[in-house]
Amino acid sequence: MSDKLILSPNLDNADGFFDALARAHDGLEKSTSDALNARLIFLLANHIGDDEVLTEALKAAQTSGHNR
Amino acid sequence: MSKIFDVPLYAYEHSPDQDEGMPARHPVVIIGAGPVGLATAIDLAQQGIKTVILDDNDRVSFGSRAICFAKRPLEILDRLGCGEAMVKRGVQWDTGKVFFDTRQVYEFSLTEEEGHKNPAFINLQQYTFEQVLVERIREMQAEGAPIEIRGRNKVEAIGQHDTHVTLEVETPEGSYTIEAEWLVACDGANSPTRRMLGLDFDGQVFEDNFLIADVVMKADFPSERWFWFDPPFNRGQSALLHKQPDNVWRIDLQLGRDIDKEREKRPENVVPRLKAMLGDDAEFDLEWVSIYTFQCCRMERFRHGRTLFAGDSAHQVSPFGARGANSGLQDADNIAWKLKLVLEGNAPDTLMDSYNIERVYGAEENILNSTRSTEFITPKSEMSRILRDAVLDLSAHHAFAQPLVNSGRLSVPCTYDGSMLNSADALAAPDLTRPGSPCPDAPLGDDHLLNKLGNSFVLLTIDADAPDSFEEDGVTATRLALSARDDPSLTLKRQYLGDATSGIYLIRPDQHVAARRESFDEPHFRAALRRATGKE
Repeated sequence: MSDKLILSPNLDNADGFFDALARAHDGLEKSTSDALNARLIFLLANHIGDDEVLTEALKAAQTSGHNR
Repeated sequence: MSKIFDVPLYAYEHSPDQDEGMPARHPVVIIGAGPVGLATAIDLAQQGIKTVILDDNDRVSFGSRAICFAKRPLEILDRLGCGEAMVKRGVQWDTGKVFFDTRQVYEFSLTEEEGHKNPAFINLQQYTFEQVLVERIREMQAEGAPIEIRGRNKVEAIGQHDTHVTLEVETPEGSYTIEAEWLVACDGANSPTRRMLGLDFDGQVFEDNFLIADVVMKADFPSERWFWFDPPFNRGQSALLHKQPDNVWRIDLQLGRDIDKEREKRPENVVPRLKAMLGDDAEFDLEWVSIYTFQCCRMERFRHGRTLFAGDSAHQVSPFGARGANSGLQDADNIAWKLKLVLEGNAPDTLMDSYNIERVYGAEENILNSTRSTEFITPKSEMSRILRDAVLDLSAHHAFAQPLVNSGRLSVPCTYDGSMLNSADALAAPDLTRPGSPCPDAPLGDDHLLNKLGNSFVLLTIDADAPDSFEEDGVTATRLALSARDDPSLTLKRQYLGDATSGIYLIRPDQHVAARRESFDEPHFRAALRRATGKE
């Protein structure tokens, strides 16, 4: 596996982003929240663009869950 | 007035073959007088190969079938002498609109490529398409071309041998036997030939049902492809509206998984669905209604000994993308010149293996695209629907999301990358015309490049010297000498030269590039011609 995906701390404002993301879901129905997350994924993915980075990110997400 | 699909177009006639003591042997027999069988036969016969088509029926096909014909197949039909007749009868369109819920989210345009003779797409009912092909065959017969359609000739048994195929044919006057040096099975998705030979057809079956209706109505919708995701008139499902000639409109309505097909097909259930879509005031007649599910399948190999499978008998895709008949016509295009060379002893029979390799490659590309479209249109899980809807919502606001909207990836011509018939690329010119590509068209005065290429090997020289022709082991390539200056629109230069100052292309009879180089080098092009005919 190549290592184009940045896995070291890289967020300018880690606590601030987490907070903003959580706040964005405040009071939303589950279906509305799911849709918001989905739109966010596509926006971020398009910003990244690079297929290798996206593939690595997908793999990293698949292998870092609590249950598997 | 009776409609075209009610009239026998190739009524049963007694053939002298039925009186022979010994079975008559033909160079090529084709099973199935659909678009692919008819096109294959025309291609062979106009190159002088005697061809017999057998069909269990005697008229064009009825019902909602192929409607969208793409540019590359129209170019193939031009080579077969009936492209212009198709374009004249068809409806041209180049705009597609995508709606989500009640709003339009996206509009795309299949921009006309400057200097190409044919439009991006025409819509034409399959029965008209077949009728034009049969008319072309009648015209060729009047000129003495060796082509014959035998209506109500149903193949009941097939025997495969090393040098030929034996066919038991049932007719209204009893059965007879004929032999074919080569058999081309163009007998559709449920191919009896495939079944008789015990061959598999594997792939993915999709469970959603679609109602397909061809309605006759006077309506002022434009000639555009309109696709709806989750519209108010068909909640949670999709819909498609497309114009055909003669005020016929094609409507596809997704119905979902577990439905009562017989019930849904009844006019009293169909008409309210259509009124919900078209408006209460819409006046229309149902020409044809059916309910279908679809699958993306293909045979593992398209050649089995002396039998070749082409069109839906070899591969099947979902209708989104118009990749069925369009790919079948590319099969026909690929078969005919190869069979001619093999039958005339100018190529080894292994050349037919390249048909299998090239068209399996094309089928894989179509199945991949078709499967992805189908999954976007009919999401299989809750999350897949959430992701799909996110794309649709985003596409209304941000251009980046529009390429993700997949209401069908429309048929584009297949480039045979990696084919054993290609020679290594030896010209620094655009990728568009790399070996394996179908030649893109270009304007040449009152004419077009593709019209000048014809049916045989061509050595296209652009601002380069070469002999007028050269022959290699029974196969001749004839020079077509052009200059970039012959096309003031610079389409020729843009597509075939790019930054190169000269170029020589070896072009196959199906107008695909076999080899290219900056200047003429005899050993190089002799080897390329051998390679393109399966001899290297």
